[in-house]
Amino acid sequence: METLERILGEHPFFAGLEPEYIRLLAGCASNVRFEAGTYIFCESQQADAFYLIRQGQVALEIFAPKRRPIIIETLGEGDILGWSWLVPPHYWRFHARAVELTRAFALDGVCLRAKCEQNHDLGYELLKRFASIIERRLDATRLQLLDVYAQGSARVTR
Amino acid sequence: MTGMLPTDPMLPAACRVTQVTRETPDTFTLQLEFVDGEGPRGFAPGQFSMLYVFGVGEVPVSMSGDPEQIGRLAYTVRSVGQVTHALVCRRPGATVGVRGPFGTPWPLSEGRGLDVLVVAGGIGLAPLRPAIYHVLRHRDEFGRLIVLYGARSPRDLLYRKELAGWARRSETQVLLTVDYAGLDWRGRVGVVTTLFRYARLRPEQTLALVCGPEIMMRFVAGELLGRGVPASKIYVSMERNMKCATGWCGHCQYGPFFVCKDGPVFAYEKLRALWRHDEL
Repeated sequence: METLERILGEHPFFAGLEPEYIRLLAGCASNVRFEAGTYIFCESQQADAFYLIRQGQVALEIFAPKRRPIIIETLGEGDILGWSWLVPPHYWRFHARAVELTRAFALDGVCLRAKCEQNHDLGYELLKRFASIIERRLDATRLQLLDVYAQGSARVTR
Repeated sequence: MTGMLPTDPMLPAACRVTQVTRETPDTFTLQLEFVDGEGPRGFAPGQFSMLYVFGVGEVPVSMSGDPEQIGRLAYTVRSVGQVTHALVCRRPGATVGVRGPFGTPWPLSEGRGLDVLVVAGGIGLAPLRPAIYHVLRHRDEFGRLIVLYGARSPRDLLYRKELAGWARRSETQVLLTVDYAGLDWRGRVGVVTTLFRYARLRPEQTLALVCGPEIMMRFVAGELLGRGVPASKIYVSMERNMKCATGWCGHCQYGPFFVCKDGPVFAYEKLRALWRHDEL
């Protein structure tokens, strides 16, 4: 547990958190491993965890009728996977598949939600951190939507 | 202007196509040599030429070859209009007109002793390839070489074999991503700015060279500044409607600059204020 606390404490996502909160988080964390090709979670399933990826690569996928399924984003070492555990109604919006052998810490969302309800300071600290990730991914999604490399966009010939 | 032009910068020199390589479904690299055997005196990474298809028209195209292979010219061209389509349809032996090289180069001498970070989007990798060749050829003069490259989809990635080769070089990190991919793609998906979190960046000792669509360069500049790369160490390559390539015609005017003559490579600090103006 001491090692788990140390690793969580050193991760940039948890930087600046009180040692007491790190201990709480470590109490909700477990080591997980996903073989290449396994689904970590699927759309519309209950979102009851988030993951801190330690090694490997995860693809977020979306399936739509009459269209080829696509990967909308990949996440890798050091990234945080999943925020639906925090936002009601707590269902995953996408599939997450391990592209290669992936090791991660899983943080139990049900356990954390309860702790955040009891301790709003902890809840606010976590919310700030997740808001920052959501903001960065929203920025990236907006740039992605612009489809800047398509023909008809700027810089097409040189 | 580092030049191969004998006299008049408006006069194209006849060049023969020696090789055409298909890079992606719509992008090709043309290798050229001078018909009269009179080779160029060289070019600097970042410069461009005007390529003329007789009877069709002329377009600006960045030089994408090795600047130290004197006499061999390479241009990576995306077929998007009449002239570029005619260019990529040239076969070995065909003749095209070449003016140049023109414009400002990447400031590689400023990068001596620093890490060099190359951030490219789409065909923006082409004007950066000569700079990468230079850094790899003069490896001991530079620190780390980091290449971050984003393309639209896996089939749109340029120079895939070369990218793999560069990634195997010492002190070199190459990270690729695509905006969209099917489930069979095993690489990264996300816009080029998402690669920064995996880059072994030492911001305070980094020279950043950025080339791609303008909106992408703006996002990249924001990311670089946010990570602590000094604004004075960021350079971008601009694109406008270049015609004469010598600053006479004014077609490529951008605020107080002519992109063909004052650019295409600009210090970010020169453009920062202009980028805040819409429709410029």
